[in-house]
Amino acid sequence: MASLAPTFGRGAMTNTWGDIKNTNLVVIMGGNAAEAHPCGFKWVTEAKAHNAAKLLVIDPRFTRSAAVADLYMPIRPGTDIAFLGGVIKYLLDNDKIQKEYVLNYTNAAYIVKQGYGFQEGLFSGWNEERKDYDRSSWDYELDEQGYVKIDNTLTDPRCVYQLMKQHYSRYTPEMVERICGTPKDKFLMAAQWMAETSAPDKAMTSMYALGWTQHSKGSQNIRAMAMVQLLLGNIGVAGGGMNALRGHSNIQGLTDLGLMSNLLPGYLNLPVDAEVDYATYIGRRNFKPMRPGQLSYWQNYSKFFVSFQKAMYGKAATKDNEFAYQWLPKLDVVYDVLRAFELMHQGKLNGYICQGFNPLMSFPNKAKLTAALSKLKFLVTIDPLSTETSEFWQNHGRYNDVKPEDIQTEVFRLPSTCFAEEEGSLTNSGRWLQWHWKGADAPGEAREDIRIMADIYRRIRGLYAKEGGTFADPVLNLHWPYRLPDEPTAEEIARETNGYVVESVPDPNDPSKMLLTAGLQLDGFAQLRDDGSTACGCWIYSGSFTERGNMMARRDTADPYDTGLAPNWAWCWPANRRVLYNRASCDAQGQPFNPKHRLVWWNGSRWTGPDVPDFVVTSKPSDGMGPFIMNAEGTARLFTRGMLREGPFPEHYEAMEAPIANPLHPKVSANPVARVFPGDRATFGTAADFPYVATTYRLTEHFHYWSKHTKINAILQPQQFVEIGEALAREKGIKAGDWVRVRSKRGDIEAVAVVTKRIKALQVDGRTVHTVGLPIHWGFVGQTRKGYATNTLTPFVGDANIETPEFKAFLVNVERLSAPSV
Amino acid sequence: MGAMSVSRRQFFRYSGAALGASSLTALGFSPTPALAQVRPFKLARTTETRNTCPYCSVSCGVLMYSTGDRAKNSRSSIIHIEGDPDHPVNRGTLCPKGAALLDFVHAPTRLTYPEYRAPGAKEWKRVSWDFALDRIARLMKDDRDKNFIAKNQAGQTVNRWTSTGMLAASASSNETAFLTYKVVRSMGMIVFDNQARV
Amino acid sequence: MSTLQSLDIKRRSATTAPSPSVRESAEVAKLIDISKCIGCKACQAACMEWNDLRDEVGHNVGVYDNPADLTPASWTVMRFNEIEVGENLAWLIRKDGCMHCSEPGCLKACPSPGAIVQYANGIVDFISENCIGCGYCVKGCPFNIPRISARDQKAYKCSLCSDRVAVGQIPACAKACPTQAIYFGTKTDMKNHADGRLQDLKSRGYQTAALYDPPGVGGTHVMYVLPYGDRPTDYSGLPANPRISPLVELWKGMAKPVALAGIGLAALLGFFHYVTKGPNEVEEEDEEKARAMADRENGGRS
Repeated sequence: MASLAPTFGRGAMTNTWGDIKNTNLVVIMGGNAAEAHPCGFKWVTEAKAHNAAKLLVIDPRFTRSAAVADLYMPIRPGTDIAFLGGVIKYLLDNDKIQKEYVLNYTNAAYIVKQGYGFQEGLFSGWNEERKDYDRSSWDYELDEQGYVKIDNTLTDPRCVYQLMKQHYSRYTPEMVERICGTPKDKFLMAAQWMAETSAPDKAMTSMYALGWTQHSKGSQNIRAMAMVQLLLGNIGVAGGGMNALRGHSNIQGLTDLGLMSNLLPGYLNLPVDAEVDYATYIGRRNFKPMRPGQLSYWQNYSKFFVSFQKAMYGKAATKDNEFAYQWLPKLDVVYDVLRAFELMHQGKLNGYICQGFNPLMSFPNKAKLTAALSKLKFLVTIDPLSTETSEFWQNHGRYNDVKPEDIQTEVFRLPSTCFAEEEGSLTNSGRWLQWHWKGADAPGEAREDIRIMADIYRRIRGLYAKEGGTFADPVLNLHWPYRLPDEPTAEEIARETNGYVVESVPDPNDPSKMLLTAGLQLDGFAQLRDDGSTACGCWIYSGSFTERGNMMARRDTADPYDTGLAPNWAWCWPANRRVLYNRASCDAQGQPFNPKHRLVWWNGSRWTGPDVPDFVVTSKPSDGMGPFIMNAEGTARLFTRGMLREGPFPEHYEAMEAPIANPLHPKVSANPVARVFPGDRATFGTAADFPYVATTYRLTEHFHYWSKHTKINAILQPQQFVEIGEALAREKGIKAGDWVRVRSKRGDIEAVAVVTKRIKALQVDGRTVHTVGLPIHWGFVGQTRKGYATNTLTPFVGDANIETPEFKAFLVNVERLSAPSV
Repeated sequence: MGAMSVSRRQFFRYSGAALGASSLTALGFSPTPALAQVRPFKLARTTETRNTCPYCSVSCGVLMYSTGDRAKNSRSSIIHIEGDPDHPVNRGTLCPKGAALLDFVHAPTRLTYPEYRAPGAKEWKRVSWDFALDRIARLMKDDRDKNFIAKNQAGQTVNRWTSTGMLAASASSNETAFLTYKVVRSMGMIVFDNQARV
Repeated sequence: MSTLQSLDIKRRSATTAPSPSVRESAEVAKLIDISKCIGCKACQAACMEWNDLRDEVGHNVGVYDNPADLTPASWTVMRFNEIEVGENLAWLIRKDGCMHCSEPGCLKACPSPGAIVQYANGIVDFISENCIGCGYCVKGCPFNIPRISARDQKAYKCSLCSDRVAVGQIPACAKACPTQAIYFGTKTDMKNHADGRLQDLKSRGYQTAALYDPPGVGGTHVMYVLPYGDRPTDYSGLPANPRISPLVELWKGMAKPVALAGIGLAALLGFFHYVTKGPNEVEEEDEEKARAMADRENGGRS
């Protein structure tokens, strides 16, 4: 999501599942929705059946999505930016952009500072010693009042539009074919299909997932399509959008709630070391509007922050102690999971807790992960199922070849309930918070996760209360308002997340009345205050559990305008808005670009419509407020300033392990700022030893490493396999059903070969490149046949901004085996 | 209905008798009424509970059917799960994982009691919740007390604990997530991540 | 076991007694629209789950198909085939299972009274209690669907979820299907719906798109929308023109009454052996194959 927020202001799928039916063109690239999200994909088939929509699939493999596509074309793994850069060039060259939209709702007209530039694969500000950029030149030119200078004619050579045009001038159709291996005529057909949706009443939706994120430049893959969508005027409109299809049922919720090293709930940031006090921290977050008349909603940051601290520490967070600001840990570096395992590997991590997570199978380079886990003093796993991680110390033959007696880690395995045995809410990809109910008791002694976490905390707190210890205050003073302290209920916590009034606030216009009454639930985040009178666990979730009750449990199926939004089903953040930035679906006068699929409109006195306006409802179109209210500009960013580490425009870089050097700039072939730990450089292979490109993926019959525990799914896809194209199979003498070994610099796996026409050899930069497909679902626990962790093969390298590992493009070799080793 | 279960070979052996029965039927003496008894509808008196599929982010609505009516002396067991037709996204449909959720609930590899593996041990040992949680609390507190970083080298207050970390779930509820957040951050834990990256 | 509901019977194996015919029930049908099918196998999962079937955990044999074939515990399977059409690739994915023929070859071949019934709504159902496991239904089926279980020597196949349909629910596979590639309703409605789908497909360049409702078996209550309607066999061997085996027609017309009059079954078996050697429109397994298959499926249920 680190690419959507810098572009639009919020890091989430812009539209919603049901809205996909309103589209004219579905582009599936960087994902495989039919395979990974079949029930969401239904809205693609609906769009095709009822809106005459077309489906375009661009993927290294002819996937299940491609099986029902109108047009499919192959692409070499890891070259999406080259393809999309080519599309940007096509749109600009052929003037196939939604002009009114681009001019008014993006930063195309903004003037960029002198000093910004791009040469030979590097943007301005490169520091060779630090291997990083000084990003100060990637910014706007400001006028005397501090506003950005603009040129509405889009002709100034320093304006974003012209710089973009110049940047992508290198991405010719010939270059696209040379890098991506996609035949030029097919590429042009795709570009033309996309271009048709630049008409104001046409929309295209982009559905993507880990096929874009799991790269060393994942954020920029997504940015490239976000730019295409902005040029086409497809953001904020029905049937449009950047639809990030989250992988897991509540990964959106976990991210919204800030369960990451560097976040606080609601996309607030944890302070860094230099932010030594609250004043410094908040002073850096004033979010002053960069253009006249803009909302820049993040100006309310202090209200969200202080209310969060009140939810954390209750009475103990006061104005006098900076609302307990110093009780928050400060960040020196981001401690993402790759760094966690790096620290573990270095012996710097003593304890680790895995709650419903199986990192041994999920993260790159299993050998490194096993060595790292073996250095822990203790590991706690909390899961309804037996996981490989919990048994990392057990010998499972070739599948997990370890010596238990040499592993000194203490391991605890705690049984938790599964979905059917607990209540609570999950946030889906479309930002809907949906409540679910318990259907049966847990088996045996299994307990709810809430109870387990509460119990661990209560015992630790008890120890601090009894024997004291280091910096005990935040532990002792954590706000714990639950009726049964060892067993908080989901409802109690949901009320806390929504927020409540701590101290009554009198109405300034009529002191006999109360604006806010102590003890009541908040209606929404507009009521939050930064004086300590409100508490709110997660500001974007404010409105989910109000005095009207649990809004997440709503089950009204009505959809009065047939928009697919179901506005009163469950509850959606923010403020129940189903399509983000929906103000952009209207022209400057406030009337829908597409009268057939309306979301909101200006009725002469206010904004109204089937969706909740993502806007100030009383702001007249003539006031000129921009639709991207979270951005200080009020517009969306084609040029992202210094918000991403690689640069303000996406540039094609090869994967860390790639079969060719980057044809655009061979000296800066891979992403220069990708996340690589020095010790891992030696584990990268070259095309000389590992000539084939590998890519990992899910199959529809399975869900990561859980569904191999279920009998039915084990029956549907019982055994590990790899997919090999017919050409490579011929070369290697491999027939369908043969055993093969796939080897990378980091290890090898054995599996059955599926030989297919669906993976084609591609002509890339004058040579033939084969792709090997590696489904991921097997392991050494469960009901399928045992298999190898596919992550035995993958490289320990991450995206530069969000550290997502590069699972989608790396190098391997393949050989035929006469029989499996075990 | 006949409890007769004859193998094919037996059928041939007793063909005379079988044919006799067949002939009677053929002559119109049908042994059963001309209504077929289809398999009884197995959900007739089960209890229905609404839930959400725990797998992907489409978050399809599901209906769980359990035995018993939640009377004091009955223990419910889920016997069937299918799509919730009211749900605006899945409209009753499910994918092959959602349609097989019943086997997740009843997977033989579900964990049913806490277990402990001592350093160097080759096997798990069943332990009580109290043993496990007391030991975990002790290990965490000792590690925190020993390795907590109050100030960085520049003397700035940082109050972080970097020697114990946590990976949060991807399918746990928002309520579990927020409570986990409170617990983790109150201790100053900073090596903290979730499954968003994979 | 009490009966909670029932369906009117239209036909009953090895029974000549007339069925009640005063009440009229609408014929139902399942429409499988291959142009919408993503091969996700939700139908297979839902079928297993609803019908309490758990096949064995098999192997990967070099293709996506799993289980590799229909078995007594797998009443439906997806069959995958990759073909090149011009310069484009097509991945043809077909949900295989009982077609619920209007003229069911299995029922006509069945010698055991009431082991196979056809309800007035068109569903052809196996009544296990009456099944003697002789395997004639396997021979009689032009689509190679029924399978004999080694565990109880009875024949099994898709029931079109007659237990669900009887109470007004749709079959488990149809309900689960994420993309409405499986649609269920009256046969008339399904044919009308198919017309619209064919129009859409033709507008997208599938000039030969067609509805598969083969007349050779009197039409079926499971129909396909085939994007390449001129080449059904490319859909993993869907018969171009299925007909009930002539030998079954012969058995029905002449041999069966004779048998019923007391002819030894050994002679009857020989009759089948003899006739199956001849050329046949219908793909069938011979007696030995069927027996070997039944043996293989030993312990097919978990």
